[in-house]
Amino acid sequence: MLTTIASFINAAIIQGIPLLFGSTGEIITEKSGNLNLGIPGIMYIGGISGIIGGYLYEHNVSQTSAFLCILIPFLSSIIGSALMSFIYCFLTVTLKANQNVTGLALTTFGVGVGNFFGGSLLSFFGESGSISLINTGLAYKTKLPFAESLGLFGSTFLSFGFLAYLAVIIAFVASFVLSKTRVGLNLRAIGENPATADAAGINVNRYKYLSTIIGGAIAGLGGLYFVMDYTAGAWTNDGFGDRGWLAIAIVIFALWKPKSAILSSFLFGGLYIICVYIPGLSSAAKELIKMLPYIITIIVLVTVSARKKKEHQPPASLGLTYFREER
Amino acid sequence: MKLETPAIELKNISKTFGSIKANRNVNLTVNNGEILSLLGENGSGKTTLMNMISGIYFPDEGQIFIDGKEVVIRSPKDAFDHKIGMIHQHFKLVDIFTAAENIVLGLKEDGKYSIKQVAARVAEISAKYGFDIDPMKKIYEMSVSEKQTVEIIKVLYRGANILILDEPTAVLTPQETQKLFAVLRRMRDDGKAIVIITHKLHEVLSLSDRVSVLRKGEFIGTVKTSETNEAELTEMMVGKKVSLNIERSEPKNPQDRLIVKHINCKNRDGVKVLDDISFTAKGGEILGIAGIAGSGQRELLEAIAGLQHLDSGEITYNNPKTGITENLRDKTPLQIRELGVRLSFVPEDRLGMGLVGNMDIIDNMMLRSYRKGKSVFLERKQPKSLAEKIINDLEVVTPGATTPVRRLSGGNVQKVLVGREIAAAPTVLMAAYPVRGLDINSSYLIYNLLNEQKKHGVAVIFVGEDLDVLVELCDRIMVIGSGRITGIVDGKTANKNELGLLMTKIHQGGEKDE
Repeated sequence: MLTTIASFINAAIIQGIPLLFGSTGEIITEKSGNLNLGIPGIMYIGGISGIIGGYLYEHNVSQTSAFLCILIPFLSSIIGSALMSFIYCFLTVTLKANQNVTGLALTTFGVGVGNFFGGSLLSFFGESGSISLINTGLAYKTKLPFAESLGLFGSTFLSFGFLAYLAVIIAFVASFVLSKTRVGLNLRAIGENPATADAAGINVNRYKYLSTIIGGAIAGLGGLYFVMDYTAGAWTNDGFGDRGWLAIAIVIFALWKPKSAILSSFLFGGLYIICVYIPGLSSAAKELIKMLPYIITIIVLVTVSARKKKEHQPPASLGLTYFREER
Repeated sequence: MKLETPAIELKNISKTFGSIKANRNVNLTVNNGEILSLLGENGSGKTTLMNMISGIYFPDEGQIFIDGKEVVIRSPKDAFDHKIGMIHQHFKLVDIFTAAENIVLGLKEDGKYSIKQVAARVAEISAKYGFDIDPMKKIYEMSVSEKQTVEIIKVLYRGANILILDEPTAVLTPQETQKLFAVLRRMRDDGKAIVIITHKLHEVLSLSDRVSVLRKGEFIGTVKTSETNEAELTEMMVGKKVSLNIERSEPKNPQDRLIVKHINCKNRDGVKVLDDISFTAKGGEILGIAGIAGSGQRELLEAIAGLQHLDSGEITYNNPKTGITENLRDKTPLQIRELGVRLSFVPEDRLGMGLVGNMDIIDNMMLRSYRKGKSVFLERKQPKSLAEKIINDLEVVTPGATTPVRRLSGGNVQKVLVGREIAAAPTVLMAAYPVRGLDINSSYLIYNLLNEQKKHGVAVIFVGEDLDVLVELCDRIMVIGSGRITGIVDGKTANKNELGLLMTKIHQGGEKDE
């Protein structure tokens, strides 16, 4: 029984890591007032960019080094998702396009691009029928050396690749920056009231660009974790599923706090796979249980909205395009 | 302490917006250690002038000197670098932040960011000038006066030497006003130069050292407060009577059309905006409403149109066709229409409440008539001919009836709106500032339209800002100040000084509503 629970917790954390990357990235983005619904697409791009980078490296050198196996996909993933976020910013901040429309378009685009390149790469692998970057996957899955020696605790909480720890660290750093630094104060002010921030001499557009691009790059790492660590360097079209939307749901569930996003992500990760651990479920019941995260999010949204506590509301100007007052 | 040295000097400052001269050759000097009042009616260019000092607008002509040196102020940041701080009427604060966070927002200070240190400095400033503020309190938990305090500390924290306050007392209770004045006097004694924009004469007299008066963008003069009195200031503010030659016919057979009794209403902040208002509007006459902007004119018109919730009081309407008396109170605008009560409404904010900017003139006509007809499909013929009629009659400058209203100039937008409201054949026509932003010819066109409606027996309620026009156009003029009626005078015998005094009059003993 204990081992089952331990393995469930372990699986929940593994499922939660991509969600944590996605939600932390989205929180940073939304704090600037940008509602980036392109996150699911950006996470796909983050994944496929990593795959492409890893493929180009692994198939062009005879002897791979673990360090480069990690670094190259890591950088290409960040570049891919940052580029997507840049497109989002250019459209919504510079050209003042509608944020919802832009975000949804990017999601459709990102999923399509991911599947297109996934399909194209597949043809290079020929007969085997799937893309798999064995060396890269192994490098990403490298565990802490002392995890094995700590028994059940080690195998439950310490048996992850480095990206998992990075996700938690980023969430803590984001929380610190947002609440304890000048940059965080300025960023939050922009999300709440860009006109006030502007009058206070803050460069609103620069903050919006930077936070959205950094947020997008972080979210893209969620896609990278999924393809490199979770599936060990293999890409399947649509494999990432609806995790991107789940990440956006966590942003609401965590009330725009990166620290709360950590446990929320693990909780949602657990809910995402709990059906596997309940024996004897029909497939219909499994689908119903998979709905739980979304239902919980709706309940949270309803209660938070009803309670009207100001600190728990979304950034006041979230989703609104900022026009400087003109006469 | 530097005394009697000019902190800021303006020389021959002019600014025009389109065809309107907002400021013409204004000369102004503010000394260190002095409180200067800038006095003037609505639209006299006070705020425009101060916005040029604080970097929001750039003057077309003229020079600005600070401490004797000529400076160029192109942005709020430039103004801040010259130690100028402006406290606007509408506060620029982030609601969910604490006072301290708002104060330090956007500042590039050296050293570690510590909200505790900020709070300590805020406490220091508060102690020095006698502010009463908790730096860790959230803005949304604050009263209006506390928010204003935060704004003032914000500019002091940034080291401002010249403070400009745009109508700071408009939102304050008398007690809070006294507190603010005490703080301002302490800052003056500390050597700061303070400009306060106001149109409340008693405040000018009790607070300031000198008074500068603007009228219609022109600089009238500066006098020492100790050497002047209310009557002289009023005359400087409103000027001599100007003859406009607006036709005014005798009201024919005026009958009570709209009876407003003791209405009270509060705004969202819980501040009383209408206080025991009672009056009667008669068919066949023009009732003018005069008052400082924001004294409750908008709320009053909205209350009659059914857009404003009333706390108490009643509004009744005598239907001229059926002779039945209807109660308008708490009915929706649609119900008011369905009852046969026709109120045409020209709101203050033309594009905000009256027209849809992205729709063309025809579609905007249909906003009033879309319920007519039984067909599922829209009937566009009538609105089209109406739109063309308005374009012809009111000389609207537009490429055509299918041009989005947003693309028209302000004056033409106004004509479309007034034209549509009049075309609805109202029995009560309410118009708020219908000539704002219009040139002389268009203004006369509107006055004639209102006069024509009056001859048709319509009860016209005209909210205006130009006292000359009110005196010449209206049969009766009701003056409101701070949501109360301060007087109703006959238009034929009224003079501007009398109206000016009524507008700025403060009620004795009646304002303590807290």
